[in-house]
Amino acid sequence: MGMKAIGARVQRTEDPALLSGKGRYLDDIALPGMLHAAFLRSPLAHGVIRSIDATAALDAPGVHAVLTAQDLPEMLRNTRLPVMGSSPQQTQVMTPYALAPEEVCYVGEPVAVVVADSRYLAEDAAGLIAVDYDELPAVANCRDAAQAEAPRTHNGSSSNKATRFKATIGDAAAAFATAPHVFRQDMWQHRGCGHSIECRGAVAEHDPLRGGLTLWSSTQIPHIAKHVLCDLLAMDPESVRVIAPDVGGGFGPKAVFYPEELVVAAAAMKLGRPVKWVEDRREHFLTAVQERDQYWDVEIAVDGEGRILGVRGSMLHDGGAYLPWEFSLPYIAAVTMPGPYRLPAYDLDVTVAYTNLPPASAIRGSGRPQAVFAMERLLDRVARELGIDRAELRRRNFVQPDQMPYPTGLTYRDGRAVVYDSGDYPTTQSMALELANYADFGRRQAEARAQGRHIGIGIANYVEGCGVGPYEGVSIKVLDNGKINLRSGAAPTGQGHKTMLAQICAETLNVEIEDVIVTLGDTNAIAMGVGTFASRIAANAGPSALGAAQTVKAKILSLASRLLETPEEDLVLEKGRVEARHGNRQGLSLGELARRAKGSPGVSMHRGDTPGLEHTSYFTPAQATWCNGTHVVEVEVDIATGGVKILDYVVAHDCGTVINPLIVDGQIQGGVAHGIGNALLEWMAFDPNGQPLTTNFGEYLLPSSTVVPTVRIAHLETPSPVNPLGAKGAGEGGTIPAAAAIVSAIEHALTPFDARLNMSPLTPETIIKSLKQSPNYKAALMRACAG
Amino acid sequence: MTAPATVALTVNDRPYEKQVDPRTTLADFLRQHLGLTGTHVGCEHGACGACTVLLDGQSVRACLMFAVQASGHAVTTVEGLANPDGSLSPLQSAFREHHGLQCGFCTPGMLMTLAELLRDNPAATEAEVRDTLSGNLCRCTGYAGIVAAALDVLARLAPEAKDR
Repeated sequence: MGMKAIGARVQRTEDPALLSGKGRYLDDIALPGMLHAAFLRSPLAHGVIRSIDATAALDAPGVHAVLTAQDLPEMLRNTRLPVMGSSPQQTQVMTPYALAPEEVCYVGEPVAVVVADSRYLAEDAAGLIAVDYDELPAVANCRDAAQAEAPRTHNGSSSNKATRFKATIGDAAAAFATAPHVFRQDMWQHRGCGHSIECRGAVAEHDPLRGGLTLWSSTQIPHIAKHVLCDLLAMDPESVRVIAPDVGGGFGPKAVFYPEELVVAAAAMKLGRPVKWVEDRREHFLTAVQERDQYWDVEIAVDGEGRILGVRGSMLHDGGAYLPWEFSLPYIAAVTMPGPYRLPAYDLDVTVAYTNLPPASAIRGSGRPQAVFAMERLLDRVARELGIDRAELRRRNFVQPDQMPYPTGLTYRDGRAVVYDSGDYPTTQSMALELANYADFGRRQAEARAQGRHIGIGIANYVEGCGVGPYEGVSIKVLDNGKINLRSGAAPTGQGHKTMLAQICAETLNVEIEDVIVTLGDTNAIAMGVGTFASRIAANAGPSALGAAQTVKAKILSLASRLLETPEEDLVLEKGRVEARHGNRQGLSLGELARRAKGSPGVSMHRGDTPGLEHTSYFTPAQATWCNGTHVVEVEVDIATGGVKILDYVVAHDCGTVINPLIVDGQIQGGVAHGIGNALLEWMAFDPNGQPLTTNFGEYLLPSSTVVPTVRIAHLETPSPVNPLGAKGAGEGGTIPAAAAIVSAIEHALTPFDARLNMSPLTPETIIKSLKQSPNYKAALMRACAG
Repeated sequence: MTAPATVALTVNDRPYEKQVDPRTTLADFLRQHLGLTGTHVGCEHGACGACTVLLDGQSVRACLMFAVQASGHAVTTVEGLANPDGSLSPLQSAFREHHGLQCGFCTPGMLMTLAELLRDNPAATEAEVRDTLSGNLCRCTGYAGIVAAALDVLARLAPEAKDR
């Protein structure tokens, strides 16, 4: 019975407003009397503030205030920002102050704020603030930072090492001692930045009558932002409200509570006027969190047939100046290494080092692209050394479907054992290979070579721990007009959460999707919320929506049964009405039922009834759920220029139950675009003193419409047993194995030159540099140019 | 501060006249002085294309122009794209149908760029569509839905061009 909404290719309810310029993003918020903030930021990667002279700035036209750390409330002056979420191993981590009171640790760290009548005037005045710094030596690379004699990232600290931990399975030493083959590989993966097209921003309004503070922020984590504001501004949680309006992309960097959000709130409270700050792109390059680099030095032990016996080695993670999400990023990388393969022995030694670079935190994939890159490059190496086809080698090592649920022997970031809950990795890969016509590639490659063209094919597999708890909640309420209101703390940044949650609710209550009014991203809408990151909303908020809707449905039927004097099993809930199956009694609309459920003033409720047709459900998953996928990509490399063209891109993907194929396909396609950027283009460059060298989109290249092909996608659905929807996560799988697959394909295209490529991004100059090491290159180049 | 300058123009066929600081960009003028917030600012250096509007029918970057430079001209923004009855235009509907938007922030610029293309080159090929869109950055969609939406509208505009 009922309408089938889950699994349907439903057009998004978000779209009509966004398509007609009626979206309301952070910068579209304008409040009466609103002032505008501009930040003065450190020009040095490391230094001590001797003095700040703001006299000229205060005298500048339109300026209402110039605030430094000394002008902030005492608590803000003396307290570093909290970490957003901690990993199982609690440690002391360095986080920033709202405004640097003394020491600056990266270029762009906020030092002062100007509040003026307009952003133009605020920026003018910020340029008039004179700061006297003592410059200190900076470290701009974690390999340098990890050296004992390196200058300290933070003055007075005993070491730049933020933490060191191990990820282990079995006895790696024993595995390596007897292994027939061992191959060792250095790898460097650079991840760059998030670069949502909307930058960050915040508007704060303080209402002295109510004593209340409202902060609108382009954030992925409104409830967490609220907690931080309450703690650091010493405010009653009942009087603080955080609203994420339409948010123009997040990708991780907006899942951090930033100093600017706090300063804008403090400024609004101090001045008694609303204050807005909107980041510009240069500020985003300097100060939004970046994922930063990982250096892997790992070796793999295999038997004569290429079966993995063990992996061991070390990984060094660049933490930047501060760690807003503590060590979750390198931790995720470390435990993602086994991937979809049986790994009997593993020993990875992880070091996280602070550098004088922007703070490091998660960007789409969060450490997983690096781990997958390391594992997949090792497997390609084994395949080459042992002369085994790359797909066949992977087939020999997959965890098998009949081994599910499969514990890897590691502990995940959620504090629970890593247990792959479901999946069919061999089938996923074979679906991708078939769609990509892998079997025929040898012929295509031979034909291309005959024409002097260098094409190659690459494969990469991944699993992703997604859907992590602790929970996300959904409130569902039948309104007096018969429409359904759905509220959740799951703030979206473009993923179509409103549509996805409305689908689940609509199917359960058998109403039209358009009749579900969804409110997200407002801390006043629901008591608790966590946030949108780590592909967790479908698997947390989704089951909550299902649970809340089921309870509301039970209430509807119970009430209707009594009012219609008909047993529940003889009732039909359909098109916003409850009708009796038999007889000619007039049914009741949901609106009428909602009114009756509220009772009548002065009259006692029916015994046992709770008022209203509403329910709030917080689903708490017992563990992470594990989605998986295979990417197969075909490229052509121009050996004269180092240019890479993607000829074909195929993804086979298993995110469990697909709630809306339109949205899931879009997430995959968009994720692949991000991964193509990581593989070929995106490089955040710094000079040896920590000065950023790529601070605009002319220097830092994002993938454009001429670079990203339309991805061909195949779905496998192995529902997760972790939640009643069977949903896993779809937000990051497009990005995670992309660099591994693309670099594999480039290396394959350059087989005649015996190229060994173990870094990303692979820019044209890197490719040419590698080609020039080959004795075959000169002759091939001459032939290519002559041809 | 420099003396205010007068900006007189039409936006979506409606005339406006305002006194502004001469350094006010066209994007800020549309957004802050006229309240037309559909035009978005993503980079302020002309690279992302989110602020694209039509000036006398030609696409321009509203972040790279001063409002005073647009004085005496006709500007079309995303607010002017819908059908006269307020319903979505064929291009806007195609974006919805093909999932050509996710967060929606770059979308107004994408729509304006494609509105110009559809008018000037109704026989455009996929390669031409992609080339035209290469000045508009999108971080969410990977462009596939946007390209599909444009090709769908093109096919309906000039069915015979499909076989080119």
